[in-house]
Amino acid sequence: MDQQTTKQWAFFRRKHTRLFLVLLSALMLYMGTASLMNFQTRSLLGIGSGFAWMATNFVPNQASLSLLPAILYQLWRTFLIGISAATCAGVVAFLLALMGARNIGCRVTLVRVVIRGFASVLRNVPIVAWAMILLFSFKQNDLTGFLALFVMNLGFLIRAFIETIEDFDGDKVLALKATGATYGQIVVQAVLPEVSVPIVEWLLYMIENNIRDATLVGLLTGTGIGFLFDLYYKGLQYGAAGLVVLVIAILVIGIELSASKIGRVIA
Amino acid sequence: MIEQSNKPVSLRPTVAASLHRRTGIHDRRKITISLLLTSLLILTGYTLTTLAPAHFRWGAAVASFVDNVRVMMISPSLGNDTWSQLMAAMGETVGLAILTTLIGAGGGFVMALLSADNLAPKAVASVVKAILAWIRAVPTILWVLIYSVSLGLGPNAAVIGISFHSVAYLGKVYANSLEAIPAASIEALKASGAGLFPILCQAVLPVAAARLLSWTFIRFEINFADAVVVGAAAGAGGIGYQLFTASNFYFDFHEVGLLIYLILGFAIIAELVAVKLRAKFMD
Repeated sequence: MDQQTTKQWAFFRRKHTRLFLVLLSALMLYMGTASLMNFQTRSLLGIGSGFAWMATNFVPNQASLSLLPAILYQLWRTFLIGISAATCAGVVAFLLALMGARNIGCRVTLVRVVIRGFASVLRNVPIVAWAMILLFSFKQNDLTGFLALFVMNLGFLIRAFIETIEDFDGDKVLALKATGATYGQIVVQAVLPEVSVPIVEWLLYMIENNIRDATLVGLLTGTGIGFLFDLYYKGLQYGAAGLVVLVIAILVIGIELSASKIGRVIA
Repeated sequence: MIEQSNKPVSLRPTVAASLHRRTGIHDRRKITISLLLTSLLILTGYTLTTLAPAHFRWGAAVASFVDNVRVMMISPSLGNDTWSQLMAAMGETVGLAILTTLIGAGGGFVMALLSADNLAPKAVASVVKAILAWIRAVPTILWVLIYSVSLGLGPNAAVIGISFHSVAYLGKVYANSLEAIPAASIEALKASGAGLFPILCQAVLPVAAARLLSWTFIRFEINFADAVVVGAAAGAGGIGYQLFTASNFYFDFHEVGLLIYLILGFAIIAELVAVKLRAKFMD
């Protein structure tokens, strides 16, 4: 009995010590990086002032409301580009994922490794770099924004689709092969129906993410809604800039809500 | 045959009914997916025809793009900077990513406690969830720009801007992880008179720790990318700013290549470390 209590105490002490050590190292890491970055913790108190600033300056006025048609048009273009980049990337990524998946893909290991490596490079090269390189060659137009989003989406979706397809049971493929089904029949009749739900969910997530990233790409490449925000913001037209933020937020929340609704229907 | 004889006869109509219902759901699912995909394809087709400006010279654009990528990949060089400058810039960006992830994790955990359905009162949970959704809906870069006006340019605006998004993002995914803990086990502890802290330390953390940790690592990767972006688009310094000046001011694709290699190298190391740490904490 006594021994057991001691054991329990030791157990809890070890657990608490571990928690304490994790918290302590987090705190030290925080202090270290904060002093490296020259970040003052008390500026966290300034969060309220930021909101107050937004509430007073970002309120759309009469003048900014007259800009609404132009803003909505750019929002519509951004929406379209976000959708088409995700869709095109989805089609290409699906074909590459079919080849790159371990269970039904190419039997040559090298091909699979190359596809995964390609996806990893596309994903990890920062979007800033893609935007800059593409801007240099494709100039300042919607196409540049589309390509930057397409490349990022491709890198992300290849990995997501490969993981989704690899969840598909390899034994089923074997069984179908035994019945004499061709590769095409296996993909269309067995794999596609099973992976269609997660694939649609990934696509919707990508579209939602694209609206946010499109703003950034627009800032960097001087196109679309991001450019409009930059223009108004640097021109001190805060009312109009606030309107841009508002319409972006409404669109993102709208997509998030419809995505979760669609997700519930198809789940 | 054998299976059928084992089942009670009375069950069979129910099975048939549920099968019928399931095909109904199956049809609705199929219709939703095909409707969605069709509309996505139509919108994409329309967009693709209107994307390129009139008389766009595809050949020249693609050729120059391939050429630039080749220059970057094959002959990276230092350009106008020194190694120590680049390493300092890299350190700044990594520091920004670590700092914002820590603030995001701390703030996000508090937000998750306030918005998890099984821990917080319903009214509080729905209000906090709505606020977090609004913060997430505004792109990170806009938060940074907004705070760089209200707080002044410098590291504070960058840290707070990225942290904001991290808190909102981690608040949501942490809450989802916490909601996976059965409400009954928390209720039981509450009924036995345990306070908030014992419940957290003994019931919530042990179950959810691994998942919370892996989300934190995912957010660190996002924050690193965001830190690069913020340096480029908001002039907040770091490797992103170097990238921006190298490509936009000096048009030096050799240096852009080197910077991309540096960033790729760090991202791959971070991914490996994350995998190792996750494996260690999982057991």
